[in-house]
Amino acid sequence: MTKYTFTEKKDTRSGFGAGLHELGKQNENVVGLCADLTGSLKMDAFKKDFPDRFFQVGIAEANMMGLAAGMTIGGKIPFTGTFANFSTGRVYDQIRQSIAYSGKNVKICASHAGVTLGEDGATHQILEDIGMMRMLPGMTVIVPCDYNQTRLATLALGGHIGPAYLRFGRPSWPIFTAPDRPFTIGKADKMIEGKDVSLFACGHLVWQAIEAEEKLAAQGISAEVINIHTIKPLDVEAILESVQKTKCAVTCEEHQINGGLGDAVSQVLARFAPAPMEMVAVNDSFGESGTPTQLLNKYGLGSENIVEAVQKVLKRKKA
Amino acid sequence: MAKFISSRKIHTYLMQPDLVQLKKLATQIRRDIVRMVHACQSGHPGGSLGCTDFFVALYFHILRHNNQFAMDGKGEDLFFLSNGHISPVWYATLARSGYFEVKELATFRQLNSRLQGHPATHEHLPGVRVASGSLGQGLSVALGAAQAKKLNKDNNLVFVLMGDGEQQEGQVWEAAMYAAHNKVDNLIATIDYNGQQIDGPVDKVLSLINLKSKWESFGWIVNEWEGNKMESVIAALEKAKSQTGQGKPVMNLMKTEMGYGVDYMMGSHKWHGVAPNDEELKRALAQLEETIGDY
Repeated sequence: MTKYTFTEKKDTRSGFGAGLHELGKQNENVVGLCADLTGSLKMDAFKKDFPDRFFQVGIAEANMMGLAAGMTIGGKIPFTGTFANFSTGRVYDQIRQSIAYSGKNVKICASHAGVTLGEDGATHQILEDIGMMRMLPGMTVIVPCDYNQTRLATLALGGHIGPAYLRFGRPSWPIFTAPDRPFTIGKADKMIEGKDVSLFACGHLVWQAIEAEEKLAAQGISAEVINIHTIKPLDVEAILESVQKTKCAVTCEEHQINGGLGDAVSQVLARFAPAPMEMVAVNDSFGESGTPTQLLNKYGLGSENIVEAVQKVLKRKKA
Repeated sequence: MAKFISSRKIHTYLMQPDLVQLKKLATQIRRDIVRMVHACQSGHPGGSLGCTDFFVALYFHILRHNNQFAMDGKGEDLFFLSNGHISPVWYATLARSGYFEVKELATFRQLNSRLQGHPATHEHLPGVRVASGSLGQGLSVALGAAQAKKLNKDNNLVFVLMGDGEQQEGQVWEAAMYAAHNKVDNLIATIDYNGQQIDGPVDKVLSLINLKSKWESFGWIVNEWEGNKMESVIAALEKAKSQTGQGKPVMNLMKTEMGYGVDYMMGSHKWHGVAPNDEELKRALAQLEETIGDY
């Protein structure tokens, strides 16, 4: 049985910063743009070592998206950095027209997503971004689970062609994947084999799903944990293969119940392999101030909530 | 002079057109615009007619460009149209410059056409490098392209056209601030200052007050000139080129008349986005001589 532990915690945004810095060394066409959040996005190292390729745009996110689109025309690979709210909702039309519809090779890198942003409260805790981004034709959407995977996802985006959204977060979080664990955009990562229920998780909640698996194992329930780090394009094959075995599923995400991973997986199941399914997600509400752990628990995103969802879905499976 | 234009698709006498030929081109393109908009009974003739002299001067005299289109535009000047609704004038100019066959203008706004209502890259129309139509975005994109040129040590220029009503969009002013702060001096922006927008005169809808002082206070070099006289347009664009490379972005406030060249379309916002009927088409074409040949 595969077990995951951690000895160190680190924020996923630092994984982005490390990956971007490495990319800067590898490819001189990689440029970084930031809207007055260089420290928060961990873009300082890139800025320091590649000052000519770092663009401070000020608190002007709409302009940043247009600048990035324009830079691709000269063969640059722009990585934009700001909070997830300002990376998506604030600039949706700029992304839609100048980047997605225009097929530009812009990498939209978004930190402080979800309720685990914590004390800043609901104005900054965007929970709708995955939905908005995955609705855009041609947009790749990636939500890595820890520091190491965020670094690998950033590096992978350096070689990816087309518009992409990379979502990560603020809090210190367990590092439970190996730094050299294979990462392929669009390829789901099976973390734990199981036979009774499929747990499909993304982002911070992959760790909660792993904790839930352990609790379920103690109850004699065998859960399969699959990290859907790429929400779009979705690894349909991996989802179907797992559910054909387990016959039921629970999705886990730090996002609204509408529009995110749960919606994406339910589309696949409804169309190709109907099966009982539950969603662990924020139930159509805004967040609030608090610590990340307090908020995960209050909004029903903790490992206990995943265990409850599994018990519920297993009853439906038997019925 | 348009020295990089390939002769393959262009009538030879247009290679280095003189003033008379430029004016004839403008008249022909005005005919194209009216016919395109009439054929699909939609589109935006007013602003297109007002900007025709600018487009002709730009593509046939000012821009160093290549009609064998390459998206990255390395080694050539680039043009971006931010007020994408005046696509008819751009498409007609691109076609008359040899970017694609002139007969394709007949497909404007029709199903499966590369000539979308608003410019797009999705159908791979040569000459278009970004989608536009949702206003306020083109200056930012042009600035990005200009910054990339600097990184690539490419000394060519980036041109962008915006509408005056478009100045009501906040993103324009984000870009304005950025350009001056970062000394983006390989960019020439132009505003089609015709004073009209969909709901009426700009001054009535949401006044720009003193647009010249606004851009000057944002740190730009600002020129004001008449946009419906070919001589004036060429001189003004030549002057703007001479102002590049001095540490400041360059802005042209180009005074035009919406609907210029068709008497009943002039002097009003009415023809911003309305197509002429059969009778109106006849009246318009009677005022615009067929100089090069209709598509």
